[in-house]
Amino acid sequence: MDLDINQYLNIFVEESKEHLQDMNDILLSLEKDTENEKLLNEIFRISHTLKGMAGTMGFNNMANLTHDMEDVLQAIRSDEISINTNIVDILFKCLDALEISVDYVSENEEEDDNEHLELIEELKKILNKDEELKDEEKKYKKPKKYDQYIANAVKEAREKGLNPYDISIKLNDDCMLKSARAFIIFNTVENFSEIIYSNPSVEDIEDEKFELEFSLVIITKYEKNKVKEEILNISEIDEVNVEDIEISKDNKKNIKKKKDKKNVKKPTTNNGKKANRVGKTVRVDIDRLDTLMNLVSELIIIKTRMEDMSGTTSKEDMNEAIEYLERITTNLHDAVMKVRMVPIERVFNRFPRMVRDLSKELNKEINLEMSGEETEVDRTVIDEIGDPLIHLIRNSIDHGIEHPDERTEIGKDRAGTVKLKAYPDGNNVVVEVEDDGGGIDEEIIKKKAIEKELITEAEAEKLNKNELIQLLFKAGFSTSDTVSDVSGRGVGLDVVKSKIEAINGSIEIETNKGKGTCFIIRIPLTLAIIQALLVKLGKEIYAIPLSSISEITSIDREKIRKIQDEEIILYRDKTLPIVRLNRLMGIKESEMDELTVVVVKKGDRQAGLIVNDLIGQQEIVIKPLGRFLSNIKYLAGATILGNGKISLILDVNTLF
Amino acid sequence: MVLNTENKDLENKYVLFKLDNEYFGLGINNVLSIEKFQDCTRVPNAPVYIVGVVNLRGEVIPVVDLRKKLNLEFKENDKDTRIIIVKSKEVVVGLVVDLSSEVLEIDNKNIDKPPATENKKMREYIKGIGKDNERLIILLDLDRLLDLD
Repeated sequence: MDLDINQYLNIFVEESKEHLQDMNDILLSLEKDTENEKLLNEIFRISHTLKGMAGTMGFNNMANLTHDMEDVLQAIRSDEISINTNIVDILFKCLDALEISVDYVSENEEEDDNEHLELIEELKKILNKDEELKDEEKKYKKPKKYDQYIANAVKEAREKGLNPYDISIKLNDDCMLKSARAFIIFNTVENFSEIIYSNPSVEDIEDEKFELEFSLVIITKYEKNKVKEEILNISEIDEVNVEDIEISKDNKKNIKKKKDKKNVKKPTTNNGKKANRVGKTVRVDIDRLDTLMNLVSELIIIKTRMEDMSGTTSKEDMNEAIEYLERITTNLHDAVMKVRMVPIERVFNRFPRMVRDLSKELNKEINLEMSGEETEVDRTVIDEIGDPLIHLIRNSIDHGIEHPDERTEIGKDRAGTVKLKAYPDGNNVVVEVEDDGGGIDEEIIKKKAIEKELITEAEAEKLNKNELIQLLFKAGFSTSDTVSDVSGRGVGLDVVKSKIEAINGSIEIETNKGKGTCFIIRIPLTLAIIQALLVKLGKEIYAIPLSSISEITSIDREKIRKIQDEEIILYRDKTLPIVRLNRLMGIKESEMDELTVVVVKKGDRQAGLIVNDLIGQQEIVIKPLGRFLSNIKYLAGATILGNGKISLILDVNTLF
Repeated sequence: MVLNTENKDLENKYVLFKLDNEYFGLGINNVLSIEKFQDCTRVPNAPVYIVGVVNLRGEVIPVVDLRKKLNLEFKENDKDTRIIIVKSKEVVVGLVVDLSSEVLEIDNKNIDKPPATENKKMREYIKGIGKDNERLIILLDLDRLLDLD
């Protein structure tokens, strides 16, 4: 009775998730291409694997469900029934249920109580579409499910030429350690057979929650007598009965056995239970690990070299060694970052399904085109980007793309297109969500914003198109007239924006009335380590992320003009708003005539930050300021400099 | 001085510190360590009672000026000034105090309800008054002090 399944739990969860994802993809393609035998075979294989895995782990509810899914798929494969939307819908429902179960397993290390009876019922209905459910079957509907698992195992065993037996064992009256004795019996029986059922459950037997008798269903290649003999070899046993299992023909799923809810569910050991919650994992290419290993060995070499050097060597040798060390740490950093990188596919792969469900719900025809799924992003970013993207895609489908009839009327394709694109761009990854829907009408935005008192009418007149569209990101703004289930709950784009800004990203909108809208999200490759420019404000040192700097220049104090309370300069024939960092940070301003300006960008907007002095470029590790200081303006975090002092990182996005 | 945290036996123990001539106490389970005062990096636009942030073994920790928070008068830092690093609800913060030197066990029966002091701002943060012979110790409610409720 080897009950320690905990160590396999991680593998189970990881692999199940992968299989479920594959299943999802195949179902989606199968819906469009119902005759594709290859896909059918593939999905059948997956559900079979899942069943096997769930069975091995003792997750019977999952095993039962996948078993019935398999039945339906088998029927489809042998052309007994043909795929229709109804079947696909039910299979999708099963898939969702399985996903929930796997999530539950990953959190709680055990299966949930959901027996999926309704889904199993629906799957059965597909198989016996024309037949009325027999009265008897109805009566036994609930318990029958457990039998079916055994019945099928029994059937399979027979097909393979193995013998299924029902064994009842009675222990001796003066047996002292019943559970220990039972343990020995289990062990012995497992030596020559597979135990598929036990009554009471293994768990109860282990806890000594049984009298002197218990029964097992096993599958073995041994003969009846041999089995009996083997068990009787164990001491303290009063009686052993080995019987064939009979499955009646008319209802092959009903066998003469007591029904117990917790049949072969294999219990986990108690101490193991607390030990390991299923953690977050990243699959890593072995090559990447090798690179990492090589770099670490180099690091050790340089360490020894520096130890040898101490005291005696010239400065030149030392410098050389330091340069070498520098090179290794840079490479090491790259290598570690690569290990943490995962393709953005992990986020994207849930969207086809979502789009399918949404288009059904909203009666719209949508084609989802995805590209650049292989673009790699840091694991921490992946976790944060999912929700905003879901929101944007929902928005595009719900508000953006018109109804099919409407589309034909205005001469567009009946089916709308949503494009999801990812590509790397320097130190950033760009994700675009584009639709060919109605676009955003800035007049409506203006009206809404005034209605909702976000701006006054006078203010509205001053705003240009771009600024009006930015209003979409204000809290409490939703353009859809009707509140639907899909989007438009009033918590809209402002949440998306703040989420993306929280990971140092930015979001822009490009929209053409009547032609469509494109949301462009720019997120950093990683959140942990960045290149930054260190600058001096008064005596304090601040860091500006290099990714948002476009250039550094110096200007004459005289050239700053004031227009409507805003300071600007003419720079490269364009107006450039000026931000006096000293003022924002409460530091005395410098009196010099020549000002150093760091030109930063946010999307396609630029601004000049006036600083006192430049220190230089440096790689910095971002440390959060923590919850206690989370709402401080203009700051994105802190970093620790080489001398141990803390320098604050400016949040360029909030400066202008 | 690094203290053991989250121990049942420590429930009635308090880390004592001084501001002016008053003794104050914090539950020892909330106290991570007591550090010598070190220069802080100012955080612009932070609430007035935030002195800044310090680097404590690689972590960035905000430091609160307890005098400002409790509405007491300003005093220059000296060689006795300490930063008590406290943790509550996953938030780690440093508190600047005049002096901190002892840990005291105070039985619950020796703790009285907070009196009506004139300093309204302080009253909000007081959990009770502990008695140790003739000495009175103001026990602070950390969660309220740090606004963590």
